[in-house]
Amino acid sequence: MTVTVEKARTAEKPPTRHANRAGRPHAAWALPGVLFFTFFAVVPMALALYLSFTTWDGLGDPRPVGLDNWKKLLDDPRMTQSLGLTVVLTVASWAFQTVIALLLGVWAAGRQRNRAILSAIFFVPFLLSSTAISILFYALLDPNFGIIQRDTLGSQSGAFLAIVFVGGWQFIPFHTLIYQGGARQIPEVLYQAAAIDGAGRYRQFFSITLPQLRHTITTSTVLMVVGSLTYFETVLILTKGGPGTDTAILPYLMYEAGFKTYDFGYASAIASFLVLAATGLSIVLVRLTGFGAMRSTREGM
Amino acid sequence: MESSRGLSTGNAGEAGDAGSSGNPGNSTGDGRSFSRRWFLGAGSASLLTAGLGTGLTACGSGGGAGGDGKTITAFVYGDDAVKVQQAGVDRFNKSAAAKKAGGTVKLTEVPGSDYSPKLRTAMGSPSAPDVFFNWGGGSIKPYEEAGKLVDLTEIIEGDPVLKDGFLPSVLAAGDLGGRHYGIPMRGMQPVILFYNKAVFAEHKLQPPTTWDQLLDNNTKLKKAKITPFALGGTDVWPDLMWLEYLVDRVGGPEVFKRIQDGDAEGWGDPAILRAAELVKELIDDGAFGSKFTSVSYVNGGAPAVFARGKAAMHLMGSWEYSTQLGKFPDFAKKNLGWAAFPTVEGGTGDVRNVVGNPTNYWSINARTKNKDLAVGFLKDCASKAYAQALIDNGDVPTTSNAAALLSSSPNPEYAKFQYDMVQQAPAFTLSWDQALGDGLGTKMHTEIGKLFAGQSSPSEFVTACKGLK
Repeated sequence: MTVTVEKARTAEKPPTRHANRAGRPHAAWALPGVLFFTFFAVVPMALALYLSFTTWDGLGDPRPVGLDNWKKLLDDPRMTQSLGLTVVLTVASWAFQTVIALLLGVWAAGRQRNRAILSAIFFVPFLLSSTAISILFYALLDPNFGIIQRDTLGSQSGAFLAIVFVGGWQFIPFHTLIYQGGARQIPEVLYQAAAIDGAGRYRQFFSITLPQLRHTITTSTVLMVVGSLTYFETVLILTKGGPGTDTAILPYLMYEAGFKTYDFGYASAIASFLVLAATGLSIVLVRLTGFGAMRSTREGM
Repeated sequence: MESSRGLSTGNAGEAGDAGSSGNPGNSTGDGRSFSRRWFLGAGSASLLTAGLGTGLTACGSGGGAGGDGKTITAFVYGDDAVKVQQAGVDRFNKSAAAKKAGGTVKLTEVPGSDYSPKLRTAMGSPSAPDVFFNWGGGSIKPYEEAGKLVDLTEIIEGDPVLKDGFLPSVLAAGDLGGRHYGIPMRGMQPVILFYNKAVFAEHKLQPPTTWDQLLDNNTKLKKAKITPFALGGTDVWPDLMWLEYLVDRVGGPEVFKRIQDGDAEGWGDPAILRAAELVKELIDDGAFGSKFTSVSYVNGGAPAVFARGKAAMHLMGSWEYSTQLGKFPDFAKKNLGWAAFPTVEGGTGDVRNVVGNPTNYWSINARTKNKDLAVGFLKDCASKAYAQALIDNGDVPTTSNAAALLSSSPNPEYAKFQYDMVQQAPAFTLSWDQALGDGLGTKMHTEIGKLFAGQSSPSEFVTACKGLK
């Protein structure tokens, strides 16, 4: 098919570089997007990187200090703790959200009317502002006047689980939607064939649904991992990094360095580290899962 | 309610919010913008720097403070007490002094929880305020170092209105290196031991005057299933008040003075370790209950525990009165009692010593285009009309003329108690976090939070504090 089209084109006019791009919009169309990205992402990122090599308290001029902030990043015990917490939070959030979102998504992919209605309701938490959600849960978890009158946010495990839960409560609907879309893409014939071969509901789920959803899982995982790395307001409102420093994940540490101690150089170093970590992790994830090669899930069909 | 009397700059917002909104939100504006975060890992970085970018550009411009010299702006911490400043501005703008200096003052109210970061950003930009509210001492040190403050020492010395207008100890408490940079402009905020009179009467207790009495009270209260002390541990600065008083009572005001003067070894003073041990004993003994690390002052948790009789006492700044008046008026009027912090056996600190915040100050931006106008505006703070407005608002002014006005306060008994307490104090120790400034203060908060959460022992706390820089 492609071959015929190519032939038809070459017949019309000689193959120029322009012809190779036939059917694609002119590069100028990308300009607004590129400009937007440059001013609101690239420039700030470059500035943050620059500031990470300086010391600056928000007044006066930034003073270059070479690698000091980055050395401090390596030595700081709070940084090590934060990094550990961020990793644990990421893993815990991923496990919690993926399991539930995948099951809900596959369930919601069914065409029954009750499922459509319930899916719509499930989606609501995602529409709320995370600040509002955090304030709400903060009130619910109040140790003296809340619903659960226990020291939930005062213990490390309690505070940590509360953050994982509140984050999950908000973002599971989003990932459910992704899985619902993914599950609806799976060709019906696969299930019909499996049914003829005598596969039951669970066998169908593990042998057809899961493998067919592997790209969806990658997409959702990348979003969750990168999202967890920048998780912030829930921590700020629910625990302020406490008790002690038990829930002070990287973005919170960055906020504290920047807007509480006004050490913008160090805060920028943490910010730059986050950018590198998030980018690196996404690349690794995409590579490891073979998502980048864009091999079709329909291979061999 | 009036407030603005939180501890460090960050907390100030929180304490300020406490009475009025009950919102935990010390979340900054930036916090909100993080929401669509999953699209870009870079989001955090770009948002952080979005703020910085403005600052950077501004550095190069080198323009003067905002305004054309005719109108100068004053940034004030936005809470209920702003009405006193607004009235002051209105009065001043109509006065002869303003006409002589040829301009008017425009008051910009910055919401309390955002005050510190906003001031920081603004002071680096072309739209910097000419006059701004602050906490004195460590809170303005970075501004002084960046050459952004007008040294008011000579101006005050040369002007009888300013020189004799304020309590000298309060004027001095906001100093940096013996120089004045601010004029007192709000009420005094000593830390006081509040107690619930009804609970005390029911269990036949007296406010403790010694540490042994305090422990004895605690035993009786716990038997009656009442938590002895309310404590908003989430915010950390209420924890700090305990350490401040204990260190003072055990070792006197010199112990912290040494640290404040920059000697980190001062943390090794035995009084600090002893105070931390006493705190640890209280915590282990259940004096703050079992849930205090998740209770907050800011969102009204701790005041409610106290007002509803679940806890018998509350160590808090003098603004507790107005907080309770706003949230639980009946309790504030009938059952709220107040007392000085008890002595500790074997300690050297005077029982009359006070910790807390002397007051808030106005400082002048060095780049102002109309310094005469700004100084004239500051002078109004020494006027009787201004002091009376503070009194009417329930505050106790730090002006020399305040004593005569106290009887017209909404609660003369409480106003007089506060005034005498500060007036007679041999030493007024500035809240540690404010004295140390944002950088050290925040790090010290972290260590105190760990001590109270049981994550570090008293000796580990001392070691960690010695390492702060």
